[in-house]
Amino acid sequence: MNTFGKTLLALSLAGAVVSAAHADDKVLHVYNWSDYIAEDTLDNFQKETGIKVVYDVFDSNETLEAKLLAGSSGYDIVVPSNPFLAKQIKAGVFQKLDKSKLPNWENLDKSLLKALDPSDPGNQYSIPYMWGTIGIGYNVDKVKAALGEDAPVNSWDLVFKPENIAKLKDCGVSFLDSPTEILPAALNYLGFKSDSTNAAELKKAEELFLSIRSSTSYFHSSKYIGDLANGNICVAIGYSGDLYQSKSRAEEAKNGVNISYSIPKEGAGSFFDMMAIPADAKNVEAAHVFLNYLMKPDVMANITNFVQFPNGNAAATPLVDEVLRNDPGIYPDAATMAKIYTFPDLPANAQRAMNRSWTKIKSGK
Amino acid sequence: MNIIRSISRRMPKGRHLVIGVPFLWLFLFFMLPFFIVLKISFAEADVAIPPYTDVYTWVENKFTLVLNLGNYIFLSEDALYLAAYLGSLKMAAVSTLLCLVIGFPMAYAIARADKDKQMVLLLLIMMPTWTAILIRVYAWMGILSNNGLLNGFLMWLGLINEPLQILNTNLAVYIGIVYSYLPFMILPLFANLVKHDQSLLEAAADLGSSTYNSFWKITVPLAKNGIIAGCMLVFIPVVGEFVIPELLGGPETLMIGKVLWQEFFNNRDWPVASALAVVMLAILIVPIILFNRNQAKEMEGRP
Repeated sequence: MNTFGKTLLALSLAGAVVSAAHADDKVLHVYNWSDYIAEDTLDNFQKETGIKVVYDVFDSNETLEAKLLAGSSGYDIVVPSNPFLAKQIKAGVFQKLDKSKLPNWENLDKSLLKALDPSDPGNQYSIPYMWGTIGIGYNVDKVKAALGEDAPVNSWDLVFKPENIAKLKDCGVSFLDSPTEILPAALNYLGFKSDSTNAAELKKAEELFLSIRSSTSYFHSSKYIGDLANGNICVAIGYSGDLYQSKSRAEEAKNGVNISYSIPKEGAGSFFDMMAIPADAKNVEAAHVFLNYLMKPDVMANITNFVQFPNGNAAATPLVDEVLRNDPGIYPDAATMAKIYTFPDLPANAQRAMNRSWTKIKSGK
Repeated sequence: MNIIRSISRRMPKGRHLVIGVPFLWLFLFFMLPFFIVLKISFAEADVAIPPYTDVYTWVENKFTLVLNLGNYIFLSEDALYLAAYLGSLKMAAVSTLLCLVIGFPMAYAIARADKDKQMVLLLLIMMPTWTAILIRVYAWMGILSNNGLLNGFLMWLGLINEPLQILNTNLAVYIGIVYSYLPFMILPLFANLVKHDQSLLEAAADLGSSTYNSFWKITVPLAKNGIIAGCMLVFIPVVGEFVIPELLGGPETLMIGKVLWQEFFNNRDWPVASALAVVMLAILIVPIILFNRNQAKEMEGRP
């Protein structure tokens, strides 16, 4: 995920805000993803607790991590995705949660907590906020026009079979520009383990991408939201929430673009955005109050209804809009769930190998 | 009285203070950050805050300095880094040449315009730079994209049937860079050209020199320092340019700024990123020295 422009803006804005606000018991500094909370959540929180929230946003894990690793970020709550969280825990970025101050912990989805155990052993440092999958967003009409009625829209065949993607080339295909999140999809598609660090298997995934490279329009982690909505591209491999946002935008614009999202049947990667408290947080007390507030089922359901990402709160599910709850792209069924994998905390050299491979795929060098 | 005089003699004189301020500035905002980057380039990546190992330690009266040259060796082992440096240098050289070719006639025209029009023309050159670079580059994305203004216009004219792929190619990067850096070429050129003594050209014409000949034999040699200053002001920042290629470039755009970004953010390898930056500075130091020498000459008032 690296959209530089917005990142630069967010960084400079965030820097200004943090330095301007002074340490105050009733002020909590939260650093979350952009467009990732309901409009009224923070106001409601302040009304209920009297704590004022200074809320800043970022748009890539890398931006957040650079701040955390430099030290003294000035935030009381941050929201990294799980593989990043795992590294950051090892680097000593976070403090353990005081579960006695989090009675609403009980509402969390137990199976999900278990799935997150590799990232945060014993769930000591973080709570799951929202999660999502990396799948296929597509322009229903254009894909059908290119590949016929039975286009494999629910399979990676759509983009990983050179003969299929070649037919989509003219209407445009984009991939996330994020090697550690996209290469596992190719590994999984080829029948290897999605978290493989085997050099030979990685090479095969690289070859797969090289074979479809000429049919790919671009690699980017946010541009596709707009491009898919206004018909510039017809297939985008991206984050589920972003693709639903794209769908909503097209509906609002009434431009005749009909977008759908599917989780490929071979399996898909998932990301979990985790809330944690930095070790040097100034307002630890208020941070716990905030986390506990967010774990209330009605608060969480309200956020999901707004951002269209599923949350990690089992008690909130019945309160979520029926349309979202019954959409298999947002709340996948059990069979799909079984095929969904998480991204591991890769060793530094494996991560470097993936990034290097990605540069080769993109630039040919 | 004697005491006061001897104290004031020992005190730094006013002119030393004045000279000292820029040096202090250079030390604080150039030398110090550079040494920090240099230090990190000799460290090893680590999972910690900050994410690299200590280069020196002071334990029990023992000062230990460990210089890890691995990062520099690593850079020489993968052809990617050399390709990225060359890509950046080529991008900078071509952009500088384009800026010169476009900027020189513009600067010349402004320098020869009536005094009252000069101000207006200079403002027209400078005004766009008052808007944030990010916004201007985003505007280019709107102009160059497949269903953008340029393609729409060309298709309306009937010159092309389907949109030209300009955005996300090197061509778009050149357009963006030349557009953004043109003022930095024009302004030093103008400052130089406006000082030229017109009577030299008149004298040459009287003696039968063609305007073409006069231009190459009189104007260009006199403008040499302006040309060098303009070229350096464009070339040096373009080598490290990141924003424009990131927003307008495509996957084949390989520049050192992007590679540095990847090392820092994607690979979490601050030491290798620092080593890349140090090598880049070493590459740039030659033009920077040229530039400084030229500036010094300009200051002395010698053409």
